[in-house]
Amino acid sequence: MIRFIIWRILQCVPVGLGISMLTFLMLSLVPGDPVTLMLGQHVSPQIMNNVRQELGLDLPFFSRYLQYVWNILHGDLGRSYIQHQEVTTMLLDKIPITFNLTFVATTFAVTAGVLIGVLSAVKQGSPWDTFTTGFTLLGISVPSFWLGMILQLIFGVIFRILPVSGSGGDGFQLQYYILPGFTLGFASMAMYAGLTRSGMLEVLRQDYIRTARAKGLSKPVVVFKHGLKNALIPVTTHAGMDFASLMGGTVLTEMIFSLPGIGTMLINAVSRRDYPVVQGVTLFLALVFVLVNLLVDILYAVLDPRIRYD
Amino acid sequence: MGRDLLIHVKDLRTYFYTDVGVVKAVDGVNLEIGIGETLGIVGESGSGKSITAMSMMRLIPQPPGRIEGGEVLFYGKDLLKLSEKEMMKIRGNEIAMIFQDPMTSLNPVLTVGEQMIETIVLHQKVSRSMAKRRAIEMLERVGIPEAKGRVNNYPHLFSGGMRQRVMIAMALSCNPKLLIADEPTTALDVTIQAQILDLMNNLQQELGTAIMLITHNLGVIAELCQKVLVMYAGNTVEYTDVNTLFAKPMHPYTYGMLESSPKLELRKQRLDPIEGHPPDPYRLPQGCNFAQRCRRIMPVCEREKPTLLEIEPGHFVSCFLYERVKI
Repeated sequence: MIRFIIWRILQCVPVGLGISMLTFLMLSLVPGDPVTLMLGQHVSPQIMNNVRQELGLDLPFFSRYLQYVWNILHGDLGRSYIQHQEVTTMLLDKIPITFNLTFVATTFAVTAGVLIGVLSAVKQGSPWDTFTTGFTLLGISVPSFWLGMILQLIFGVIFRILPVSGSGGDGFQLQYYILPGFTLGFASMAMYAGLTRSGMLEVLRQDYIRTARAKGLSKPVVVFKHGLKNALIPVTTHAGMDFASLMGGTVLTEMIFSLPGIGTMLINAVSRRDYPVVQGVTLFLALVFVLVNLLVDILYAVLDPRIRYD
Repeated sequence: MGRDLLIHVKDLRTYFYTDVGVVKAVDGVNLEIGIGETLGIVGESGSGKSITAMSMMRLIPQPPGRIEGGEVLFYGKDLLKLSEKEMMKIRGNEIAMIFQDPMTSLNPVLTVGEQMIETIVLHQKVSRSMAKRRAIEMLERVGIPEAKGRVNNYPHLFSGGMRQRVMIAMALSCNPKLLIADEPTTALDVTIQAQILDLMNNLQQELGTAIMLITHNLGVIAELCQKVLVMYAGNTVEYTDVNTLFAKPMHPYTYGMLESSPKLELRKQRLDPIEGHPPDPYRLPQGCNFAQRCRRIMPVCEREKPTLLEIEPGHFVSCFLYERVKI
């Protein structure tokens, strides 16, 4: 197991290099001169050349790439053209907000989704099952901007029990993340519910469930101990990928709830052609994917003893 | 009948309600098992053997299934009238069960030990460490080598025969009075079959557990059982001790079944099968279920259902041939 984990981490190195190469290429391929973008058009060529030299942009492609990787390894992602701030600093500033949002959304989606899925599988064909199946379809279809605004209206304006915007300053304040988390996680929750339901239905038909019942175990023990652990294996894969894609897909939710996270930062950077920021955010999100994949693989082995890699 | 009855099933009926119609999977089964006795149940696929066992344990999936009538008297107490909670104390504790396919009957994500320990802790009210010791002891008893280490293994690390041994160890860990074995050797290869049957035989001698053995292998019946129950299309057709059944089968179906199985002393080129097929479970005939295939059919067989009667002491047959003799 330990050997597998080490091997799996080592495998991330070439993937990381590939990602860095692609993000670096992105900057080289976009039309326009970065220095012109940075300084504007009405600057003397002398100054432009100085800046170009200072940034190492006059060097050949390959040495620039090596420099870029070297900088990344030292935590330097370059400077924003617009805000003239370190991209690393900007990222570190925004990551907690997006991470909190995604964390709340995923926690809510997995817990509620799995619970709903299990209950509708156990009570297959009941009115509850029909209701949740419809609810699942609704969850996948409802656009998040609509849901977000309706939630703001109900809980923020009518009942006035939850804040409708902002992150509440420094630190993690749960009440600011409840509505955004729910908005962001709603579609995922519906997906988990459907996934768990079909997984559970499959598992509950298995022979070992009959064995468990024949041993005199109570229904909750049979369902949760013997059934759920088997049904969770496919859910885990999705949860991992979903967490990573939610991390990069928070833009709409962040906009609606005025949360200054990575999504907002990325959109602003794209619209202003602030390439180092776009590059930095892309690199970060790609690394999150790699990391989450690694975690999912390890979690697999924990859940399913038949997968023990060595 | 003058012996101590452990379980007495009277006129058990289990029906399945599907969109296409009602399947009378078990339709009036009677059986009894004495303390420490072994009863074999034979019958072809779909004759209701497994459904009888599942009904006795009240493990029929509801819906679509429903136990429509009858009694399952265990020490004189009707199991069908118990609450689900009381029934849970019987399952795995007083009556244990092992199944046909050991490859799928154990939970792949829990260790063998955990699956044994949870049952022991539940029924014997002992600590986990006590239960673990008991689990290891049972695994040793069924012939698992290095049981101390193997107890922490997951099922996929055991072979089919070993898994069935584990199932038996698990089933017997709470000293049940009755072990229901639903085709325990069907999925195993022949040499392993013999080992498992030997093991069950030895454990029965040691522990005095009664066994209800479901099989369609007459050889297994001859080797292990004292009494035999023959089932056909959801009914008991014949019930007697094993020697009588092989020496003097009375029901035409039993007779046909024995005729159609290979025998060592007769070198026949072809076996004599029973002509025809079992009746469609959705449309059972008005008369005897076997009438269409019976070589000794009489007019009454197509009109009425025969009842199970004691033709000789301890020999029950459900056939008009003998009802007439009685009249």
